[in-house]
Amino acid sequence: MFLLKLLIRNALRHKLRTFLTVLSVAVAVLAYCLLQTVIDAWYSGVRISSSTRLITRNAGSLILPLPMSYREKIRQVDGVKNVSFGVFFGGVYIDEKNFFPNFGGEVKTFLEIYPEYVLTPEDKEEFLKDKRSAIAGQKLANQFSWKKGDKIILKGTIYPGQWEFVIKGIYKGRDRNVDETRFFFHWDYINEQLKKMQSTRADHIGFYIVEITAPELAAVVSERIDSMFKNSIAQTHTETEKAFQLGFVSMSDSIIMALSAVSYIVIMIILAVVANTINMSTRERIGEYAVFKTLGFGGLKIGGLILGESLIITTVGSMLGIVLSFPAAEAFKEKVGTTIPVFYITGNTILEGLFISVIVGLLASIIPIYRGVRTPIVEGLRRIV
Amino acid sequence: MEVTPPIVEIIDISKSYRRGSQVVPVLKNITFFIPQGEFIALMGPSGSGKTTLLNIIAGIDRPDNGTIKVAGLDITALSESELADWRAEHVGFVFQFYNLIPVLNALENVELPLLLTGLSKKQRREHCEVALRVVGLADRMDHYPGELSGGQQQRVAIARAIVTDPTIIVADEPTGDLDRKSAEEIMELLERLNLESGKTIIMVTHDPRAAKKARTIKYLDKGVLNNDVLIEAAYKECLKT
Repeated sequence: MFLLKLLIRNALRHKLRTFLTVLSVAVAVLAYCLLQTVIDAWYSGVRISSSTRLITRNAGSLILPLPMSYREKIRQVDGVKNVSFGVFFGGVYIDEKNFFPNFGGEVKTFLEIYPEYVLTPEDKEEFLKDKRSAIAGQKLANQFSWKKGDKIILKGTIYPGQWEFVIKGIYKGRDRNVDETRFFFHWDYINEQLKKMQSTRADHIGFYIVEITAPELAAVVSERIDSMFKNSIAQTHTETEKAFQLGFVSMSDSIIMALSAVSYIVIMIILAVVANTINMSTRERIGEYAVFKTLGFGGLKIGGLILGESLIITTVGSMLGIVLSFPAAEAFKEKVGTTIPVFYITGNTILEGLFISVIVGLLASIIPIYRGVRTPIVEGLRRIV
Repeated sequence: MEVTPPIVEIIDISKSYRRGSQVVPVLKNITFFIPQGEFIALMGPSGSGKTTLLNIIAGIDRPDNGTIKVAGLDITALSESELADWRAEHVGFVFQFYNLIPVLNALENVELPLLLTGLSKKQRREHCEVALRVVGLADRMDHYPGELSGGQQQRVAIARAIVTDPTIIVADEPTGDLDRKSAEEIMELLERLNLESGKTIIMVTHDPRAAKKARTIKYLDKGVLNNDVLIEAAYKECLKT
């Protein structure tokens, strides 16, 4: 208790200097937490990937379609429990800046395979009944003030035309990792129109979602599906949902690397700031440490005093930064809207922030401890004069 | 006549410092003994080596050659950490500039050396209160060094030096930063500690008035102990410097 009191009072000797150092640690930890949260957001799709879901797409490219007729064949494969499909529609709501992901699909099986998208039983029933209906995530509905019964018109970019949908339900995520900015509708509605207007594009979809009976069958089932269509006009490539999502993330590798690099540079900067402060404090107090040593305090205790002061500054700064990162993340989320659908500070990021404070506190005090411990008593006492 | 056994034995001590490529001898083959309960003043002109000798006796500096025994223990043979433990138990320090920790109040400053003992918080507080009462500062326990006069700060430093009941008290120019009245009060306090509590005190001073309170005076000149210098002559020498 006595030593803790001494450490706090020592840290507060130069109030302005300590305040500025704490503030710089807080700002750096805040920046680190936000950068890490942006990186985490990139991986949100990977995080919620199920180990019992596979994605089958055209082996040539993701943008090439697959025939709808594959569905029944895939369903027959040993180890397959359920099959759904999806099409990235690419519709624009009023203006291109209102971007949100919108997908057509076979909605009954889709909702069976993705239980994390939660609808009330009534909304689900209404959605399944009406082919022109759609559902939107809660965040997306909030952004455009949509409610059940609203008519939404999407302008087709990949599938030209003005497509009108009726909102029949607002889904919520089962947990906060689930993207609530998506828009789902019946592919049948589009497909029927395509049959009339562009028959060659009809009865084709973007990808299949395959639910398997057990995660350990993923490789075998993937192999079975792909070998089944090996000699067909549209060969398939099947992979786990996680691998599929990581494929998207890898397209942004350089951005993620840059963000990671910036967060590490931020840590280096706070290390330099804290090291400078602790170094100045130790230099000013070298005489006092000599007095402590004269009284019988050994190297470990002197080192503990310096390290303790360093840790107090970095821990207080880090905690302040972590506390501030919550409102900052909320403000950031408001600003970016649906561009980054899942954005929250994870427990891991908080632990990393605290861990950084300990490491920075430790590293920043190495040289001051060495100096404080190694300076001979007689030399230290001379500095007081 | 009863012979008091020496508490400090200084045997053939030499010390030199290196200034660039030059080796400057500070102490040359010093030998003398300090009996238990003695109050000794080390005098001599600036640069004579008296503070260096005091530091070596107190175990905060090491000689190049020779042996120092305190209560029979050869402290020159101790490692740094053993020496730190030894200082905590056996030596009380009084510095010229008091060297109190400014962020601790009088009581907390006195408590510092007791943190290295196994005493409980309550016991530590009782010891500190006794020490502060001895130096006449029982009513200033909560005051920080900045709120005390120089004389009061030095009395807190003396309380810190005696709180562990050390074997020897070493004082380096204890009145050097004080006005005459405060200096007299401090010397009376040290004299009282020596006479009433039988504390062995080794003091370095330039001040002949302070030295007069000591029972023995050792005069150092250019690193050599000059036993032929009489006290009055020593005063005069010091007054010159």
